[in-house]
Amino acid sequence: MFELNRSQKEIQNAARQFAKGEFDSHLALELEESREFPKKIWQKAAGLGFVGIQLPEEYSGGGLGLVEACLIAENFCRVDSTFGMALTLAGAGSEAVARFADAGLKQTILPKICEGELLSGIAFSETDYGLDLSSINTIAKPAGDTILINGKKTHVANLGTNGIYLVLCKTELNQAPPEESLSMVLVKGDQRGMSIEDSGRKFGANMTASATITFDNVTVPGSNLVGKNGKGWSQAGKLLDELKILTAAQALGTAQGALDRALGHVKQREQFNRKLGRFQITRHKIALMATKVELARLITFQAADMFDKGMADSTYISMAKMVSARTAVEVADEAIQLFGGYGYMKESQVERFFRDAKVAELCFGGLTAMKDMIGEAVIGKI
Amino acid sequence: MDILKFSKEHEKFRERLAGFLAKEVTPFMDQWEKDRIVPKSIWKKAGRAGFLCPSVSKEYGGLGGDFLYSVIVSEEFSRIVHSGLAASLHSDVVVPYIESFGSEEQKKKYLPGCVSGDIITAIAMTEPDAGSDLAGMKTTAVGQGDQVVINGSKTFISNGINCDLVVLAAIDPAITDKHQAVSLYLVEDKTPGFKRGRHLDKMGWNSQDTAELFFSDCHIPKANRLGEAGSGFIQLVMKLQQERLVCAMGAVFAAERIMEFANEYCKKTMVKEKPLNRFQAVQFAIVEMTTDVKLGRTFVEKLCADHMEGENIVIETSMAKYWTTDMVNRVAERCMDLFGESAVLESNIMARIKRDARVMSIFAGTNEIMKGIAAKFMGM
Repeated sequence: MFELNRSQKEIQNAARQFAKGEFDSHLALELEESREFPKKIWQKAAGLGFVGIQLPEEYSGGGLGLVEACLIAENFCRVDSTFGMALTLAGAGSEAVARFADAGLKQTILPKICEGELLSGIAFSETDYGLDLSSINTIAKPAGDTILINGKKTHVANLGTNGIYLVLCKTELNQAPPEESLSMVLVKGDQRGMSIEDSGRKFGANMTASATITFDNVTVPGSNLVGKNGKGWSQAGKLLDELKILTAAQALGTAQGALDRALGHVKQREQFNRKLGRFQITRHKIALMATKVELARLITFQAADMFDKGMADSTYISMAKMVSARTAVEVADEAIQLFGGYGYMKESQVERFFRDAKVAELCFGGLTAMKDMIGEAVIGKI
Repeated sequence: MDILKFSKEHEKFRERLAGFLAKEVTPFMDQWEKDRIVPKSIWKKAGRAGFLCPSVSKEYGGLGGDFLYSVIVSEEFSRIVHSGLAASLHSDVVVPYIESFGSEEQKKKYLPGCVSGDIITAIAMTEPDAGSDLAGMKTTAVGQGDQVVINGSKTFISNGINCDLVVLAAIDPAITDKHQAVSLYLVEDKTPGFKRGRHLDKMGWNSQDTAELFFSDCHIPKANRLGEAGSGFIQLVMKLQQERLVCAMGAVFAAERIMEFANEYCKKTMVKEKPLNRFQAVQFAIVEMTTDVKLGRTFVEKLCADHMEGENIVIETSMAKYWTTDMVNRVAERCMDLFGESAVLESNIMARIKRDARVMSIFAGTNEIMKGIAAKFMGM
């Protein structure tokens, strides 16, 4: 069975302490209302090594694995899911740069990510419905030393003009299947021809805004191609594996955080001259919540550990993402119910945990997509 | 066969209401959601147009209509997905206390304003330490000559900011039996000693003003008590049946709207070059959810009919309240899953519907309380 070693336990503890010290609950409500990224806290977290812990040391990363990144994600989200999600995904896409890009590009991008100077995000989806790798229509054409990009991306983290976007494009324009025709290109937000249109408030995870980005003859240097031309499909798959595990860890923390709060409430709140926690129904609710959280923890860290050992299994990862996100939604929902009227108020926090959990469930492949993938893999060719 | 028989009069009322909402409410809903309140003027407009308190008898300015008018109001507000102008709460939950238990003088004084929208009402039961456990309330009302002095605090009060008149539950501290100690009082806005606390931020129902109310040596005339001293608990129990039925109706109507949105979305949204509703899993989900909604509709309509006959349906109403409000939440969330990532954005109406729906399994008695009541009345 997977167990944390000593240094992992230290990271777990450090992440928890950092979050407790920095994630102020009033600030959380303010930033979620104004839809602002917690820039100062992110920089501080980067200074302490919490950002890019899984990126190579030579590029200012922590040189550690996804298990460590998951410990940070879990404990950040446990203390506050909205801060946690914003910080965990502040460098989304940089994992692909670390894994596939050439040394020059890595040197330009990764240290800035790890040091809290640059935000990155992925630009994969092209429809309102969301991600479908088989229908990418954003075109990247080589033009001399440059690449010319045209198309439109939806559900991109809105990092503004200062951020960098990992754009999944179609580069082989013949009839090649998507498995052989996609490529990843890095595009800085201030390029001419890019228009970033904010998508407005979201159901949750509101410290990161969303946008639709249109590329109208955007020109980037040819060196911005991440890895090999035409390898985008498998690269995206591997990156998504990593992001799904991180999402599972965020959801796990969100579930645990909602459970912590519910527990605190039922131990202290009295109705009918009894603590809520003395009612059998409350106990059974808490029992189920706690069991679900433990199951989510097992599958999430098993997936992360396999990934670190080079045995990443996309099917298992999808299962982890599905189970952990579902757990977060169900546990946070039950936490609201246990809080009663107070649970519906923003100050109780659990309603925000619920909304954040649902966003985690809907992103990087929702329930339907996960079931489709798992079903296909488990049944195999028939 | 229809369980509820709507007459031509009813249908005309429905048409007029739909027209009113389209013109006076729908265009302003987004702004009101941002404002976290509706302007008092919209209450007046709704009242003047005859859509508030249709059950109040004609001698007090009402329509003297039956419960089907309440059904129509709830349905039409659900159709436009609006909770801010809480007409059902005012007309079917709060004002009936005055109608049923008020003295002739109280009725003459307040009911015409409730009908016209000049008086917006709120009911103040919940306290910081007394939610599910109503009998645990601590707000006191002590007689002092021909006055009553009120002290205490209430929370999560809908219409808490806009209200002109509060139906307040308070106990007489001299009486030890909690159930005998509660009386209901009418407290007017601007009575010295009556103050608003915070305007509370909620997950949903954002155009609905929810607030804390504070009473500190608040003197009201003794004549503002509703009915006999100590009858508050019985009065609440008598009226909660209708309140919970209204909640169940609202849940079913909201779920029906959700399914309309879902059907529309799954028809027009193409995924992998075919409409979503051509996928087997989507079809099954829609069939299952529609089945739930239809079961809810049938159950609730039957209870409305029984309620109009004056039958005691406390068990069934408790069951309906818990089942329908859980159902609407299940359906809303499952539709978000069908909608994919688009459901993340608030520009997709499903996001707001889900936020609004979540309170239904909590308010008017949590669903746990509903099951407790049903168990008790089933003799367990």
